[in-house]
Amino acid sequence: MPELGRAALVVCFGLALYAVVAGFWGAHTRRRRLSRSAQNALVAAFASTLVASVVLLVALARSDFAFSYVAQHTSRELPMPYKLASFYGGQEGSLLLWLLVLTGYSTAAVLLDRKAGRELVVWVVPVLGVVATFFSMLVVFVASPFHTQLANVDGAGLNSSLQSPYFQIHPPMLYLGYVGLTVPFAFAMGALLSGRTDERWIVATRRWTLAAWMFLGVGQLLGAKWAYEEVGWGGYYAWDPVENAALMPWLAATAFLHSVMVQEKKGMLKVWNMLLVMLAFSLSLFGTFLTRSGVLNSIHSFTESSIGPWFLGFICFVVAASLALLFYRLPMLRAKTKLESLVSREATFLYNNLLLVALCLTILWGVTFPILSEAVRGEAVTVGRPYYNFFFRSFGLPLLLLMGIGPLIAWRRASLSSLKRIFFGPTVFALAVGILLIALGAGSSLPGLIAYTFSAFVAATIVLEFARGTAARRTLSGDSVPRAFTSLIARNRRRYGGYVVHAAIVLLAIGIAGSSAYNTSRSARLGPGQSLKLRDYTLVYRGVTNTRSANAIEERATIDVYRGGSRIAVMHPGKNDYPVEQQVSNEVAIRSDWLTGEDLFLITEQVNGNGTIDFKAIINPLVNMIWLAGLVFVLGSVITLWPDAREEQRLAIRYGRLARAPEPQA
Amino acid sequence: MLTAALVIGALLAVAAVWFVARPFLGREPDVLPAEPPPERLALEEERDRALAALKDLEFDHRTGKISDDDYRGLVGDLRRDAAEALKALDRGTPRADARVPD
Repeated sequence: MPELGRAALVVCFGLALYAVVAGFWGAHTRRRRLSRSAQNALVAAFASTLVASVVLLVALARSDFAFSYVAQHTSRELPMPYKLASFYGGQEGSLLLWLLVLTGYSTAAVLLDRKAGRELVVWVVPVLGVVATFFSMLVVFVASPFHTQLANVDGAGLNSSLQSPYFQIHPPMLYLGYVGLTVPFAFAMGALLSGRTDERWIVATRRWTLAAWMFLGVGQLLGAKWAYEEVGWGGYYAWDPVENAALMPWLAATAFLHSVMVQEKKGMLKVWNMLLVMLAFSLSLFGTFLTRSGVLNSIHSFTESSIGPWFLGFICFVVAASLALLFYRLPMLRAKTKLESLVSREATFLYNNLLLVALCLTILWGVTFPILSEAVRGEAVTVGRPYYNFFFRSFGLPLLLLMGIGPLIAWRRASLSSLKRIFFGPTVFALAVGILLIALGAGSSLPGLIAYTFSAFVAATIVLEFARGTAARRTLSGDSVPRAFTSLIARNRRRYGGYVVHAAIVLLAIGIAGSSAYNTSRSARLGPGQSLKLRDYTLVYRGVTNTRSANAIEERATIDVYRGGSRIAVMHPGKNDYPVEQQVSNEVAIRSDWLTGEDLFLITEQVNGNGTIDFKAIINPLVNMIWLAGLVFVLGSVITLWPDAREEQRLAIRYGRLARAPEPQA
Repeated sequence: MLTAALVIGALLAVAAVWFVARPFLGREPDVLPAEPPPERLALEEERDRALAALKDLEFDHRTGKISDDDYRGLVGDLRRDAAEALKALDRGTPRADARVPD
């Protein structure tokens, strides 16, 4: 039923456009019914997009090749989970997912934050409407997923690298992150439009920003795991523009989540926070533009792309309009207080922000430079890993150190004697760890050694923070240690949830440093019975087998893995041949040692006609800390996101929402 | 199939129009309720900020991040800030929830 899908999207476009016009007019003239009607239009737009999405999902599940999109991205033999995940396997479906998530977020934001400040929310609705109008316009007029054709016997299949379980979870997570950044942006613009630049927009968007940031972070880690297991080159992050596209808004959002605390505590950085929200949202649009416009292939494929120029135009509009609005409201955003000392908590937040934004902008420059050079000089100059690695170390290592320093310094100002006393323990611990690591041979990589030493420092400060907090809580309440500990977290979820997230970043730093600075690899051509030694592993090649799965021919080498004289594993690296897609994929074999955190990573590079194989073995030390970091990151984010009844009540009193009559329902 | 799709599409459009028009059928006043004046909100935020700063200082002192000397140097300023914020609120307009009709 492609007609139903098309009709639903046309209805969605009309509703989004109505939300813009009615929303702006209702807010401007302070007409309650019109504003409420605009809010309802956003809710109805979500329902309408949901109908269109269900139509596409049903077509994918039924292999209805009368839908061009289904024919281009699936085949009859494709397993059902991948058929359904093909929803976002192509450009048109991705845009539909953007629209679905956007209208879903808009509905939730409008319904949950109705009472955040009516004057604010009525201005938020048309801003959300503008974004929804743009995306619905794209899927209705420019890149519809409901184009039809004479039904083929079979479809073209799905790109082999997308045929991974991570494909089912990684893109939706990223989209929840990218699109989620629309909500804080809309509230920030709503605050500027309404002239209500108090903290309500921050209070209303705190959880939305955190949720989007969490999804974006988890999405990137899942993407890294996907690259690690599926792409088959032994690494997990290659500074690919598509990967950078997700990292940039995440960095901007991270800066915002920190600087917003300075605004809450000190009433400072109001303009900066607005800029960060705009940057994060613009970068999320830019990320979608990068991945969907074809601009990464060449400037020519961008100009030939149906959506590229539209996207670029919309990004320019968003940046210009939001900056103009910000300049217009500048007098309202002046802070009354100033930074009292360069050695204070707020100062460390400022340093953290400068480093995060600097890292974000250097990545942006690295991503855009090849595009600009191709546009200006006619040839694309590639910006390679050394550029990114240099800036990642230059900004990332100080950021890691600041993560340990910041929480220990008091707000307003700190004296030298206090600093000496507080930092003595963690510094001694970190130096001891550094010396121990040098003794163990970790001095071969200076950045790795610095990363480990800083990680030890941050870990010590986190443990110290929890220990001191628990002790203070015990002194006050007389509770047992476990009770005091849980009560400490429950009473200040943002602070201690944040520390858990910091612990996740420490694990991430350890994982990245270990796997990138201390990894070992060896390549060899082996015949059956021949072996290869790599550190304390001996790998013996036994032979190759071929099997047939639902939609691929699977070719696997058998490798016996010995350590300390005994066989500890049998591994099967190989390749999959997808006849429908006419693609061959690397299927690596990984053996994780959960005690040491290291991976033995095997790649079959080529199976030769004479029974020999060319294969590569890599030892990635501590790489599993990265995936563990993902779990800890989610735990910390959830603690921070968890509603705090005391905080809610305090805010309700501040904004006079307690004694009000209930909101009439429409 | 085409007819069914068109009928479902038309029903969707009608349902959307009804839902969007619903607020116009209600009897609530058609004017957005007045909100507390920005100055008042600014004072409330100022008060909360001052009280939170005092609370943070107490906690930092208790957890040993701030020495007794530093604590004594800072607590006076913060108490003064909090007192001024509370006085400013007292001098200001009445509470928003008591004043604003809904």
